Amino acid sequence: MHRNTLAESAAALAAGSVSSLELTRHYLARIERFDGRLNSYITVTAEQALEQAREADRRIARGDKAPLLGVPIAHKDIFCTAGVRTSCGSRMLDNFVSPYDATLVERLKKAGAVMLGKTNMDEFAMGSSSETSFYGPVRNPWNLDCVPGGSSGGSAAAVAAGLCAAATGTDTGGSIRQPAALAGLTGLKPTYGRISRYGMIAFASSLDHGGSLTRTAEDAALLLGAMAGLDERDSTSLDEPVPDYAAEIAKPLGAVTIGVPESFFDDGLDADNAAAVRSSLAELEKLGAKLKTVELPNIHLSVPTYYVVAPAEASSNLARFDGIRFGHRTSEPVADLNDFYMRNRGEGFGEEVQRRILTGTYVLSSGYYDAYYIKAQKARRLISRDYAEAFAQVDFIAGPTTPTPAFRLGQKTADPVAMYLNDIYTIGADLAGLPAISIPCGFVDGLPVGLQLVGPHLAEAPLLRLAHHFQRATDWHARFPAAFD
Amino acid sequence: MSLQLEDIQKLGQLARLRIEPEKVPDLVAKLSGILHFVDQLQAADTEGVAPMAHPLDRNQRLRPDAVTESDRHELYQQNAASVERGLYLVPKVIE
Repeated sequence: MHRNTLAESAAALAAGSVSSLELTRHYLARIERFDGRLNSYITVTAEQALEQAREADRRIARGDKAPLLGVPIAHKDIFCTAGVRTSCGSRMLDNFVSPYDATLVERLKKAGAVMLGKTNMDEFAMGSSSETSFYGPVRNPWNLDCVPGGSSGGSAAAVAAGLCAAATGTDTGGSIRQPAALAGLTGLKPTYGRISRYGMIAFASSLDHGGSLTRTAEDAALLLGAMAGLDERDSTSLDEPVPDYAAEIAKPLGAVTIGVPESFFDDGLDADNAAAVRSSLAELEKLGAKLKTVELPNIHLSVPTYYVVAPAEASSNLARFDGIRFGHRTSEPVADLNDFYMRNRGEGFGEEVQRRILTGTYVLSSGYYDAYYIKAQKARRLISRDYAEAFAQVDFIAGPTTPTPAFRLGQKTADPVAMYLNDIYTIGADLAGLPAISIPCGFVDGLPVGLQLVGPHLAEAPLLRLAHHFQRATDWHARFPAAFD
Repeated sequence: MSLQLEDIQKLGQLARLRIEPEKVPDLVAKLSGILHFVDQLQAADTEGVAPMAHPLDRNQRLRPDAVTESDRHELYQQNAASVERGLYLVPKVIE
């Protein structure tokens, strides 16, 4: 049952060949058995899950046709869940029980999904390896010595190992697509504003995107249909109609042109990774797509631009954590109120979060604001324009998701800049707010490799259709790590 | 751009982060590395380019200026370490 896709489980539930209670118990038993090796969950909500499963079964019996009725999923622990600890992977929020549900959580609940628990992640989503969590690192089901990517690494490991049918994630610089690539999954980051950010703990507000980690593009389409759409509680939420993604992806591919930025295949890309991506591009050609070389002349600025804009926004967003109204509070004696704030924050935040807050404080401080922050915002426009010009000639842009397959735990923790460069191919779509997806396209030494597809704003349906057609012609997405079968 | 030891303590003050003295040298090295890396931006020609704050260049929606939230302070204050009569308490300090 755990190898089934979300769509297959939803169909089995609707047909009555399995009950939600059976399916939920199956996943809970697997979490109990396997998660000691992976550390993919921070909190398992077994009792609530069983209660939700019973309710789903009652709804199914009544003839309710909600699209995700009874399917067990997991939420990244960055999404607020009413009555359940929401830690964001941080000591700062170790004791925080959210009083409300994020919009995304509320919508998936309404669609009938059962929540198994909250998944592990880099602290405040700041990382590319899921090693900065207060709750310890997550391991990759394909090789336990390797990281699953990050920051949505717990969601990636849990889906890949069959510890839930699908999971939610967030992507600010690549935090859905990079772990999806490293764990052999489909990771979708839709257009900025397509999914409400309400109740998603803020890291960098102009870059934060909600999305999903699933086995297939079809599963991503099902989840997106339930999550997307206008939310009055998020002022950046888009007021745009939500297509029937599941119906859209089944349509014929038609004539599509795919742009390939040749600069993505330079020395920075692992040769075996490059070969896997090249052969998947050939596969897309066989499906009828036309390939065309495109240029993104300013894309080399994307990582430095991101590491000014994101820390700047983070230093501002994370100012709310003072340890007074909620969150970690020091037990040391304090000299004055300022010392109290400084101790609460100094103890509550881990090292990478502190580095980002300090970097952000620096680039926003008097005398450096124009040279760094405004300069980066200008570079952001140059990068966005490059994409817009490319999309005047092509329907999609394709290339690698990551420079290498999964790396070893501890391999990049000593050098922040080396860690940041993992997101060299993913950050551009965050800066420009474009929908992007990573899908499995091969293996190198037993580790999965991802192909990234990027589309113009609001082109989720054609993007998912392309990914779905690729997955009907290939079986990379159907592989399962043997140690967890 | 290289940082000095005293810059770190000043940034810590601005960011309300207590930084233990033994962590300062490592932070100087790592933050200097990050700033050196982002300094690549200085070579970009951004003459006449308007800064971009929103990825879709859209304005945020406005809503009528009306109360839409109910008073739920008791629920919210369940997450506070110390509350009395609806007020948040902090440790006693003599300044």
